[in-house]
Amino acid sequence: MSEWKAVCQLADIPSQGARVLKREGKVDIAIFRTIDDQLFALHDRCPHKGGPLSQGIVSGRSVACPLHNWHIDLATGQACAPDEGCTGHIALKQEAGTVYLALD
Amino acid sequence: MDKQKLVMVGNGMAGVRTLEELLKLAPDAYDITVFGAEPHANYNRIMLSPVLTGEQTLPEIMLNDVDWYADNGITLHLGKPVVEIDRGRRVVRAADGTAVPYDRLLLATGSNPFILPVPGKDLPGVVTFRDIADVNQMIDAAGCHRHAVVIGGGLLGLEAANGLLARGMDVTVVHLGEWLLDRQLDKTAAQLLQQSLEAKGLKFLLQKQTAELVQGESGRVCAVRFKDGDAVPADLVVMAVGIRPNYTLAEQSGLHCDRGVVVNDSLQTFDPRVYAVGECVSHRGVSYGLVAPLFDMAKVAANHLANFGIARYVPAATSTKLKVTGIDVFSAGDFTGTDGCEQITLSDPMGGVYKKLVVKDDKLVGACLYGDTADGGWYFRLIREGHAVHEIRDQLMLGEGAIGDTGHQGQNRAMGMPDEAEVCGCNGVCKGSIVKAIQEKGLFTVDDVKKHTKAASSCGSCSGLVEQILINCVGGAADVKPKSEKAICGCSDMTHGQLRQAIRDKHLTSLADTFRELAWRSPDGCASCRPAVNYYLISTWPGEAKDDPQSRFINERVHANIQKDGTYSVVPRMWGGVTNPSELRRIADVADKYDIPMVKVTGGQRIDLLGVKKEDLPKVWQELDMPSGHAYGKSLRTVKTCVGSEFCRFGTQDSTQMGIDLEKDLFGMWSPAKVKLAVSGCPRNCAESGIKDVGIIGVDSGWELYIGGNGGIKTEVAEFFCKVKTREEVMEYSGAFLQLYREEAFYLERTVHFLQRVGMDFIKQRVLQDEVGRSELYARLKFALSFEQDPWAERYAKGVASHEFAPLTV
Repeated sequence: MSEWKAVCQLADIPSQGARVLKREGKVDIAIFRTIDDQLFALHDRCPHKGGPLSQGIVSGRSVACPLHNWHIDLATGQACAPDEGCTGHIALKQEAGTVYLALD
Repeated sequence: MDKQKLVMVGNGMAGVRTLEELLKLAPDAYDITVFGAEPHANYNRIMLSPVLTGEQTLPEIMLNDVDWYADNGITLHLGKPVVEIDRGRRVVRAADGTAVPYDRLLLATGSNPFILPVPGKDLPGVVTFRDIADVNQMIDAAGCHRHAVVIGGGLLGLEAANGLLARGMDVTVVHLGEWLLDRQLDKTAAQLLQQSLEAKGLKFLLQKQTAELVQGESGRVCAVRFKDGDAVPADLVVMAVGIRPNYTLAEQSGLHCDRGVVVNDSLQTFDPRVYAVGECVSHRGVSYGLVAPLFDMAKVAANHLANFGIARYVPAATSTKLKVTGIDVFSAGDFTGTDGCEQITLSDPMGGVYKKLVVKDDKLVGACLYGDTADGGWYFRLIREGHAVHEIRDQLMLGEGAIGDTGHQGQNRAMGMPDEAEVCGCNGVCKGSIVKAIQEKGLFTVDDVKKHTKAASSCGSCSGLVEQILINCVGGAADVKPKSEKAICGCSDMTHGQLRQAIRDKHLTSLADTFRELAWRSPDGCASCRPAVNYYLISTWPGEAKDDPQSRFINERVHANIQKDGTYSVVPRMWGGVTNPSELRRIADVADKYDIPMVKVTGGQRIDLLGVKKEDLPKVWQELDMPSGHAYGKSLRTVKTCVGSEFCRFGTQDSTQMGIDLEKDLFGMWSPAKVKLAVSGCPRNCAESGIKDVGIIGVDSGWELYIGGNGGIKTEVAEFFCKVKTREEVMEYSGAFLQLYREEAFYLERTVHFLQRVGMDFIKQRVLQDEVGRSELYARLKFALSFEQDPWAERYAKGVASHEFAPLTV
């Protein structure tokens, strides 16, 4: 069962950028913040060759993987056409400036 | 409020492309209704030839199927020719009585084949070559008849003849002109073409005027009779003598027509509510039958239909290609070589190669190639870009040379490559997959091919090959515009040049202002345009525009090079490639302490520490206590030096110190692409100055400067720029050239490509002849560099961007 865990404040994440959440023995999570302060959390692995999406350029509602420039939709983790693939996304909520993730 | 109603009459390539462009710009602006006379959705008319030969089928050449219309909320009326436009009531009426009102109307009625006004023109067995119905008639006839006559030896006629030959018919091509393809080729090339087509089995009757089509006993056509009395048997006659804009409907509705629907530069007719695109229009007295200009029109019309109101249709040079398997013909621009033109020709009839280049006022204006069309794309680019060619004139005929020296076995001739040959060595894409994607997905641009196949999407060295393949597949429809004419990305229609100019003219200093002021289509741009805009801002307004780290690629954001496993590499600066025991000890200690898996000497005379964890970067930098080598940026990389006169017995100048001085002078310089320098102390050139952006060679009497060299993807030898006497001059001339490059080049354009685009004359004029300009350029460079500090020290000492290096934990 997953439960809400506070991970950081909104201000900890740069606008049009991301922070990485490291977890012992589990895949890292990238938390993205768009220009209009929407937050999204994805597994920090591009479905193509495992590139760290957290290091990519965030624009609109997607991130460009730094390794081979695949574009990944932040809300779904889906690669944008014509590329195909998907990385896991994690439920996220914001309350009073605190960011919570639904973690195992 | 109800949406505006847009009705389109005609359902061909130009019209549907307009709708596609419109949907990109303003997806919800209109309720759209389309009337098509044919019972098919939008197919690629250019590909009817391969359907006729049997190389492709109708489903393969569909560009937009019925689902596409439905998915985009477009009401589609197929098989319903429109018979009336009531402009007063703003209603169109189709033959079956369907009536649809419009707020705006788009006419895309295309053209009709010209029918020779000779007796017998309406007999059974007489067809044209325009649509799928025609192709089906030809295929049926080929199944049960023997003799075919094609009237017209133009592109269409030859492709029809080739198709019927492939279907087993005995085919004669009748042509009024003195030689085949007289609008595309000159006589010599046409004769070579005729020989190869004859070798395939086609017969030709030139300078023959058709007088009559003779009816046989069955009621079907049986022969073609000529003015001179001769006749040939014919069970099938294909009229391919040209097209005429189809403007009957427009004329009947009272729109001003003059051999086409007359439009202005915004593709508007004399009725402001009515636009027209494609083959039916007459723009400044000219009608077009090739697809490339029609696609350009589509963009312009869409821009106005979307109420953007900023696009103008400007005719550009076009290119054509004959789609007959095994025969290579390419022509572009004005190749007839009329007044004031010079011609360069290469003729090798035995080898089956003929090339003619037409130069006017020091510019390439036309090209006509037969047998070897590999450089067609390159010539076409030169024609469109229109810059001076005298510097490359002696090599012009030899072509662009090996396009991409690395990664594809030295191949530079796409035609001759087998399907399984690898085109893109980075992503392992072979020719067959590219051809398949182009055909199946209906691709027209190199960018589309990149997206769909990944070919040419990494190092780009095979872009030329991909372009050739594209031209071979879709002919003149290939959108092979040079970067100077292309929109920067999907976020805007501006070119790089227009964007630079606007940033200068409007004094834009932030990304947000730029996107707002220049009406970007996305609120915060995309991963392609943001780094470019950020560079243009900081290079145009140093000290005023604030650098935006979020608009930089990761390497420039964290000042290290990302590796495939997400670790980073660290290259500390070693001025002029000179180090000392203390630095080497610190490097060794850092490598030990942080478990750095590889320490490697780079090609630029420095040391690379590979496999550093991101969170260790600030500590590694601090303990190295050396400045950043900027080995990760579109910036000054290294200044490579040789030992020079201090130690070398041949050295004429102290190249090492010159390199150190230059490197310190240019430290922290951001540029459109990476910049590498080298300084050699004598003409033996051990520092390899000939393949650097700025290469300097010391000689006894001073220093020689070379610019525009490149040792990477495609080896480019730097060109001699000037000779100077003093060290100060080396600094000023190099700096002024680099500042000119920083101010004028497009983002990601290396110095070699910048040099090719603007020409050496321009650079010499600005840097050598204009003394005041040179010192101003150099002063502007120094001013821009005065804001730069060592980015590593800023991070470990002042805590800049600390969030980048500290992961979150739970």
